[in-house]
Amino acid sequence: MTILDAAPVAAAPICAVAPIGLLAELTHRCPLQCPYCSNPVALEAADKELPTAIWQDVLRQAADMGVLQLHLSGGEPLARTDLEDIMATAGEVGLYANLITSASGLTRKRLERLAELGLKHVQISFQDAEAANADRLGGAKNGHVRKLEAARMVRELGLALTVNAPIHRQNIGNLGALIAMAEELDAGRIEVAHVQYYGWALANRAALLPTREQVNASVQVVDAARARLKGRMQIDFVVPDYYARRPKPCMGGWGSTSMNVTPTGKVLPCHAAETIPGLAFDNVRDRPLRDIWLTGAAFQKYRGTAWMQEPCKSCELKEVDWGGCRCQAMLLAGDAAAADPVCAKSPLNDRVRAIAEAESGSDAAAFTQRNYRNAKATAPA
Amino acid sequence: MLEMSAKPHLPLHVVLRHDKGRDRWVLLAPERVLTPDAVAVDVLKLCDGARTIDAIVAELAREYQAPAGQIAGDVVKLLTDLKDKGIIVT
Repeated sequence: MTILDAAPVAAAPICAVAPIGLLAELTHRCPLQCPYCSNPVALEAADKELPTAIWQDVLRQAADMGVLQLHLSGGEPLARTDLEDIMATAGEVGLYANLITSASGLTRKRLERLAELGLKHVQISFQDAEAANADRLGGAKNGHVRKLEAARMVRELGLALTVNAPIHRQNIGNLGALIAMAEELDAGRIEVAHVQYYGWALANRAALLPTREQVNASVQVVDAARARLKGRMQIDFVVPDYYARRPKPCMGGWGSTSMNVTPTGKVLPCHAAETIPGLAFDNVRDRPLRDIWLTGAAFQKYRGTAWMQEPCKSCELKEVDWGGCRCQAMLLAGDAAAADPVCAKSPLNDRVRAIAEAESGSDAAAFTQRNYRNAKATAPA
Repeated sequence: MLEMSAKPHLPLHVVLRHDKGRDRWVLLAPERVLTPDAVAVDVLKLCDGARTIDAIVAELAREYQAPAGQIAGDVVKLLTDLKDKGIIVT
């Protein structure tokens, strides 16, 4: 979550009583097959998804404990035919609802109904500004054209629009065109999000990781666009941390601002948390949401700084970046309590730089598409 | 530059509400949670699209028991700031 800081409207301080945001992954079903999807490689099956009534109960509990922002996501949330019933509850309890969608299946009728029920903001992912490449990456025929139509419909109905643009080696040359496309669509916001390498993206890293020169060029494109579009379109920029000197403050600190409920009801501190072996996740079917947030084992495990080892433990930035990302520490260092290896202070940082250099310089282009067939092939037993 | 006859209101996607859990007022917008100060809250509550800025100033002057001429400048400055941030539209 980005926070604007300027008096008299100041940024909201982090509050441990409840997360500010709840990411509701309503389903892992999705008509797109993007090779950098943030869902786990072990996708959850449709017949195991939470029923409508439990989702509605989760939203009531969330609002009651102090959650303010709801992100209706997936997979593709529109794949749930009861999305309107879930949205109705969000509206009733006063959650600020954001729809995070591929836009596939977004008809005017459904969007009008969702807006009536209180939906405020729609975020549509775009794979590229160039239709043929976008459809190749997303794996859906005519997907790009439908997204453009849906984005226009969002603005026609007066809802806020965000263009989400995941950036990687196979579309980075079109970053300027993506920003221009968002401007043309009258988006209030664009997220220029360099792909982060977990799950599907990690499996496809050699085909996706940009070179350092490409990343530097993307920073220049974003800086120039920000200056040009000031006051008209907000540009949120996520850099690829393999080239950073300091790690990202992942989730604003573990268990501090956000929680994630999976299609089957598991409650996670972040969407990749299941990649950390040995963490036990509570399910909304078994425990109240508030208890899970305040005392759940998975949330307590890396909350604050007590779990830290060196070099984090004595680092002056430990309450700034919170040691980076626990999942990335697990993936790259084999220890979720290690410093995130993208940090220059990590003893493994040279290895990360070597990976980045070797893979970004390769001419690998083939990737595994994110779908249930490949999920079975790549999922751990 | 804001005209005193303008009728400011919050756009559809910006919501002013009380955050009961933390006992404060918040402005909710896409991917943002902002905490307006007490004066901003008083002003924002009057930005209903029906009142002109003149009317808002008059109402606040009554509420704060201060001369309208004295607070008008501050109110316009605040509204200009809020408009630049996309929190109100006119």
